[in-house]
Amino acid sequence: MFDTDNAKNTMTQTDIKFSAKNVQVFYGENHAIKDVNVELEDKTVTAFIGPSGCGKSTFLRCLNRMNDTIDICKVKGDILLDGEDIYDKRVDPVQLRAKVGMVFQKPNPFPKSIYDNVAYGPRIHGLARSKAELDEIVEKSLRGAAIWNEVKDRLDAPGTGLSGGQQQRLCIARAIATKPEVLLMDEPCSALDPIATAQVEELIDDLRKDFSVVIVTHSMQQAARVSQKTAFFHLGNLVEFGETPQIFTNPEDERTESYITGRIG
Amino acid sequence: MPSNWLVLIVLALATIGFVIGRARAIQSAGGETRDLHSLPSYYGTHVAMMAAVPAIGLLLIWLIAQPLIINSSVASSIPDSAIAETDLGLVMSDVRRVADGLDVAVSQGAMTTQDAQNLNADETDVRAELAKVGVALGSDVSVPILEAAQDYRQKSKVGSMAMAAAVLTLVAGGMFFAVGRTNKSFRARNVVESGIKTLLLAAASLAILTTLGIVLSLVFNTVEFFKLYPLSEFFFGLTWAPSFGGGSELGFLPLLWGTLYISIIALAVAVPIGLFAAIYLSEYASPKMRSVAKPLIEILAGIPTIVYGLFALLTVGPLLVSIFGADGVGIMKAGTAVMTAGLVMGVMLIPFVSSLSDDIINAVPQSLRDGSYGLGATRSETIKQVVLPAALPGIVGAILLAASRAIGETMIVVLGAGAAARLSLNPFEAMTTVTAKIVSQLTGDADFASPEALVAFALAMALFIITLGLNVVALYIVRKYREQYE
Repeated sequence: MFDTDNAKNTMTQTDIKFSAKNVQVFYGENHAIKDVNVELEDKTVTAFIGPSGCGKSTFLRCLNRMNDTIDICKVKGDILLDGEDIYDKRVDPVQLRAKVGMVFQKPNPFPKSIYDNVAYGPRIHGLARSKAELDEIVEKSLRGAAIWNEVKDRLDAPGTGLSGGQQQRLCIARAIATKPEVLLMDEPCSALDPIATAQVEELIDDLRKDFSVVIVTHSMQQAARVSQKTAFFHLGNLVEFGETPQIFTNPEDERTESYITGRIG
Repeated sequence: MPSNWLVLIVLALATIGFVIGRARAIQSAGGETRDLHSLPSYYGTHVAMMAAVPAIGLLLIWLIAQPLIINSSVASSIPDSAIAETDLGLVMSDVRRVADGLDVAVSQGAMTTQDAQNLNADETDVRAELAKVGVALGSDVSVPILEAAQDYRQKSKVGSMAMAAAVLTLVAGGMFFAVGRTNKSFRARNVVESGIKTLLLAAASLAILTTLGIVLSLVFNTVEFFKLYPLSEFFFGLTWAPSFGGGSELGFLPLLWGTLYISIIALAVAVPIGLFAAIYLSEYASPKMRSVAKPLIEILAGIPTIVYGLFALLTVGPLLVSIFGADGVGIMKAGTAVMTAGLVMGVMLIPFVSSLSDDIINAVPQSLRDGSYGLGATRSETIKQVVLPAALPGIVGAILLAASRAIGETMIVVLGAGAAARLSLNPFEAMTTVTAKIVSQLTGDADFASPEALVAFALAMALFIITLGLNVVALYIVRKYREQYE
């Protein structure tokens, strides 16, 4: 991020982490996100729900500029992280992604040892001055991702040899090892069984103490269980955004109600 | 009847069989094709297959066997007096030439069939007669040879007739059998598909059998060589000095060293350039750039190696001499040197390494790259720490394949590296390789009973084992690591 101090003046509320204004996303000719305005709070789990293809994952990927890796993708509008525009020319997307970590739909551990998987981020960002410090970060991250007890005796084993649920928690450990401020999760439980899902959900609730978490999910029960705020997307529009209990019990928009009750989607 | 006509007739009959089989199948189902077990065309194909395949098989076997049988039966009828001066093989080739000449004469109308059969070498100058129709013979035709030739013609004619009869009978029989069992519940599709399976199997086994044949021919000649030349001197000899007069020293080590040295230089050129090109093409280049650059690099792979050889001889060699030769550094005597051949061979191998590595790097799942970018890694960090380690087994495989290609290369060495077999560390000296020496030992009037010629087979065998070993190691590495990452 750029380190000018004038940016701080634009900050309105300290507890707003992300603020998106009139965000439009185009995939070539396809208008994937239409005029989204939303403010995401710090130390909160925000869930994005909506039918497939509604743009929730696309919007999530705008928040750490992962869409930059797709050539035909164009993003318009402003997305502010702590009041600074992340699409400003002076922002290095690489450093942004160190601040805004991401966990993907399918567990994608690197073909390296469990230790090296977690140490990957700290190493490339130079977060540890010594081996002991790196060991400490790795242990803390693995504990944070509630997988330490399962892997502490085999840190040298390949990360790809773990079960699906363990792999996903390893990926979460890997993401939190770089000490991000925000953690983006793109359907993190869709490839997991119910037990592994429960573990990951419990973990998400724990992570709220330290991070702001944004989670895309297809499971409305999951959104209801883990999130404090929910945003409902439909056909590229942000239809409704509010407190999770409010959205699930008393939605304002009838499209939201239709989706939640299972009539569309 | 000429055999190509016979093949056409068989195929025509098979086509008719196709129509009959199809029609009969439809008829047996009362015109309702849905009642058939298989599609109508399968019934047709079944009949055509049964008609043509055994018949053509028999034709092939007959075409191979008939000359052998006739040869031996005619040969046994030639009196010993006619063979006295030369050997039987030469006499038989004369017989065949005369027989062919008579065929030509008859087909051109210079003789009637009857004349050809009744010719007498004592009365007619057969050589002159045949010369008139454009068949030149090496010597005058003696009585026994003419008789043998006439015998040969007679037997060939009978054989061909018998062949045609047998083949046509088999076509008819096959067709009859196939049409006979065609009815609506016959599983024609299964039969046709097992036929296709057999065809594919035959193609695969043919490739394997050819390899086996090549290996066996090498083995027999190698064994022959080691009967004449001691094994230990071949493998541990430090001098390569063949002389066809006898007393040659045939040490393998100087050639092996030349081969390895040139290959190492070639790989030192090809691996970094090829790999970096592959990384650029797969990770950095825009799709447009890639679609232009990749085919351009692959053009290199299409250049014949003799052209590379000329490039080495005429361009790279003189260029190196101008830098390292007497006018420059002074360590290079002539254009032909290990360095010349190695550099040019390296250029030849670039597309191998780059094209294979590019495919392998592209096969690394995008999710791994996303995972790395998502942690704030740059593109080059991602490539170094995630993409390349994941692609490494495949890349090693590609490099080993390139290495076995380098070891087997001949033309560039012949033209670029010189012909002197020597053990030296100076890369600007001329050296030679195993392949180049195989060529030089077998070209010219080689006597295949001498160790100097037979050594080529021992060299080829050694080379074959080395490249085979490399390929096995390459496959092993690729398989082993692929399992780990999936």
